[in-house]
Amino acid sequence: MITKRIIPCLDVRNGRVVKGVNFEGIQDVASPVELAHFYNDSGADELVFYDITASYENRGLFTDALTQVAKEIFIPLTVGGGINTLDDFDRVLKCGADKVSVNSGAIKDPSLIEKAAKKYGDQCVVLSMDIKRVDGKFRIFSKGGRIDTGIDALEWAKNGENSGAGELVVNSIDTDGVKQGFDLEMLQAISELVSIPVIASGGAGKKEDFLELFKAGCADAGLAASIFHFKELSIADLKKYLNDNNIEMRI
Amino acid sequence: MIAIIDYGCGNLFSLSSSLESLGIDCKITSDKAEIENADKIILPGVGAFADAAKKLKDSGLGQLVCDLAATGKPILGICLGMQMLFEKSFEYGAHMGLGLIKGYVGPLEGQISKELKIPHMGWNKLNFAKADPIFKYVEPGDYMYFVHSFYARNCVENTLAFAEYGVAVPAIVKNGNVYGMQFHPEKSGAKGLALLKAFSEI
Repeated sequence: MITKRIIPCLDVRNGRVVKGVNFEGIQDVASPVELAHFYNDSGADELVFYDITASYENRGLFTDALTQVAKEIFIPLTVGGGINTLDDFDRVLKCGADKVSVNSGAIKDPSLIEKAAKKYGDQCVVLSMDIKRVDGKFRIFSKGGRIDTGIDALEWAKNGENSGAGELVVNSIDTDGVKQGFDLEMLQAISELVSIPVIASGGAGKKEDFLELFKAGCADAGLAASIFHFKELSIADLKKYLNDNNIEMRI
Repeated sequence: MIAIIDYGCGNLFSLSSSLESLGIDCKITSDKAEIENADKIILPGVGAFADAAKKLKDSGLGQLVCDLAATGKPILGICLGMQMLFEKSFEYGAHMGLGLIKGYVGPLEGQISKELKIPHMGWNKLNFAKADPIFKYVEPGDYMYFVHSFYARNCVENTLAFAEYGVAVPAIVKNGNVYGMQFHPEKSGAKGLALLKAFSEI
């Protein structure tokens, strides 16, 4: 059977990996290629690159870094950030990405998911959602979590699946950067609704958080950034711990 | 030199990069003379069967692969490229494959429990069915990265390794000098590279 996946996420700004807390207060971490090597060697099942480049002029730095990583790392690569059109899909797929994650781009043009799924296949299209509770309801936020779109997250997830998204990334703004565990309530609500894989993001602080996530059965993969970047937790130790606790891992 | 056949189906960047990282000489090409002169051939493929089969046929590259298979040249089909090696596919209609390996390609849907998600996507274990030089650098239980919704059927005799996903999914198949891998060795980390290395040495 297929394993649960551990996915480090690299937020790339102007060619460097950074990590913010609650999307603000950005800190510089390392070169994407160095980190990708480090994660590959320690057993990451997949890598996600988010392009948070501030200006259009610097976008080339991101694709250069991506190309370099794809030349040296042979596990699935997902790219997100600044994906608004089919041309953007083309741009990152040509640099060696295997999957492309859309977020604000799908909010601006909801037909993007369907068009991309038709052209590149469902397995290539990942719908990434930044979700926050507003008046007790799960709401979709855009622009890196700054703007409340008013869209109901459950409806948005279901629409995404129906349009051809092959996976969902559920990023809880409420738990992101706080390191108190994944947002199980939010993940449960979404995974009950869809049959495509759900990737949990936001809130991982220790290995027990991942065990709790997979035991709850509400995600196929766990995604995290800062705990891996700052070496608070090694992927190899995490996977061994999960495997010892009867969660199948690729060791 | 290994020729990676470019017939407009899928991104070949990772595949050529993975071979280069192993120090294996390779070239992405649709040039018939270059393919004929290669020591080995890889037939990649991502996308829909019907579209890929048509492209192979229209370009004449499908016929070339069959001719070269008959001369004993080692050939490796990957993912959809592996599925193309079979006689037929029932992916949205009925389509002819290259017929280099007996069997057909059918949907996972309806064959596996509804609790299992389709596509079969992620890391799954190889179980060995037969001994083969392709296994030189890997072991049973090594994980490979799969992404597919259709799978090879009626090919037990030609199955070297399978993965469990509600059914036994043929993962590596072989008929003489013709190999197929359902997963992506170029995306399966060090173990995937080990299989490509073994193929290059066959």
